[in-house]
Amino acid sequence: MHPALSVIFFTVLSGAGYGLFMLVAVLHLAGGYPDASGSELQTQLAVALVLITIGLMSSSLHLHNPRNAWRAFMRVRTSWLSREAVLAVAFYPFALWYAWETRTTGGDVGQVGRIMGIIAVLLAGLTIFSTGMIYASLKTIRQWHTALTPANYLLLGLALGAVALVAIHGWFVGASPLLAGIALALLVLAAIMKGIYFLWIREVTGPTINTATGFTRAPVRILDPGHTAGTFLTREFGFDPGRRVIQRARLGVFALGFALPILLLAWVLTGAPVHWLNLALLSALAGIGLERWLFFAEARHGVMLYHGRQHT
Amino acid sequence: MRLGLVIDLDTCVGCHACAVACKQWNTSGTTGPLTDISAYGAEPSGVWFNRIRHYEVGDYPNNKTVNMPMSCMHCEDADCVTVCPTGASYKRKEDGIVLVDQDKCMGCNLCAWACPYGARELDPVDGVMKKCTLCIDRIYDKTLDPEDRQPACVITCPAHARFFGDLDDPDSEVSRLTRERAGQKLMPELGYKPTNTYLPPRLTRPVPTADVRRKSLISSVKEWVNQAIVR
Repeated sequence: MHPALSVIFFTVLSGAGYGLFMLVAVLHLAGGYPDASGSELQTQLAVALVLITIGLMSSSLHLHNPRNAWRAFMRVRTSWLSREAVLAVAFYPFALWYAWETRTTGGDVGQVGRIMGIIAVLLAGLTIFSTGMIYASLKTIRQWHTALTPANYLLLGLALGAVALVAIHGWFVGASPLLAGIALALLVLAAIMKGIYFLWIREVTGPTINTATGFTRAPVRILDPGHTAGTFLTREFGFDPGRRVIQRARLGVFALGFALPILLLAWVLTGAPVHWLNLALLSALAGIGLERWLFFAEARHGVMLYHGRQHT
Repeated sequence: MRLGLVIDLDTCVGCHACAVACKQWNTSGTTGPLTDISAYGAEPSGVWFNRIRHYEVGDYPNNKTVNMPMSCMHCEDADCVTVCPTGASYKRKEDGIVLVDQDKCMGCNLCAWACPYGARELDPVDGVMKKCTLCIDRIYDKTLDPEDRQPACVITCPAHARFFGDLDDPDSEVSRLTRERAGQKLMPELGYKPTNTYLPPRLTRPVPTADVRRKSLISSVKEWVNQAIVR
């Protein structure tokens, strides 16, 4: 699948934003936020909302006819893309109410503010889940058509959000064992999940060139695809960077996305300067960005069977 | 009613006439234009509703060339319609034709992602998705003669390898052909229940070659002279 930069930016940034928002709000509302100050909570929530908003605006860049983007709210009953759009917009009033009350009360939100915050957390989680389900619902791409897809989106969003949370907390207070512990746990979980995903998609399943053409009694090879130059189909679905690049990208995902942030977090916990957390955040963003590119680069669409692939 | 195509892979010669007829009719039809990009350049590209691909089935010497024209299958369980967030993609209740309302499409590509048959192509100039309409602007046109109320690809096929009709009607030609020739659906395991059906090549008796006469002296000389003369 062709990796569209706008979609990579959207899913990584808004995923991180929703993850950060969920963690901040849950810790704050449960009373477990370490050394909570009004100005820090305010900054955390503002960063989350800015990330989400940049991500959502970036998502509209891959539309070829954005004039009709408002119609994306019309098919909530069947379409996960529509559900994502509705949830993403529904999140704002609750999140803004909660963030505003946090700002005006210095973190001591009232009953209504708490309820607004809880609803916003639920909507944030459901939005990331819907993003994952857009891909998981496609039966044409076996690498995406698995329960691991929404699970990965949720966990990676939370893990990125957790690293951002620790890093921003570092600007205000310093290293917090609780927040660093949460980030470490989420990063390890997300890394394991990603490992399972890579193991899972290694097994070839689903349609082959034989079931695609209906000739299951003999080997089938393509003689001619019927066109001399690329088509919409080959450009959109034919992207394949090759095995070597994919292997290196996987290494990069684990090194930048998981290993380096985990090491830096652990190092800061044992007494290293707090500013290393900023590097952990940058590294995690780059690594998860690469992960999102790989998510597309490794996906093999069923229509490529008609263009000569033996299996997906 | 479940309108669709039945395509005979036994008689299809792979001439691409159906694709050209489709392009000609639809580029000026209700869903047109079918935009071309650098049509006279080194790498011509553009929107087509119908594409023909050529395959080799089996290993030499037991191999066979199969030409496979593919357009929208007008699936009973069309995921392209399910995933569409705008409601631009829809399936008509009355005849099962899957269509795109170009006034509603926002060009997000998700329906093309959901289609395993490559039936949907984005027009990069109009920014909307376009696809086979089963020539809906022909088949219901009362001003045409009854025999002309068929998709352009079906009418033009010189090998008579394409049939159009109602696959819900057990007495229609398409249903009869599907029954008698063991019609196949493509990628049935995905569960989209495609309407279009493909008739596999028939088993034919091989042409006997054992009794072909051996070369005589005179025919060998003639052959040698024929090759030796520079024309």
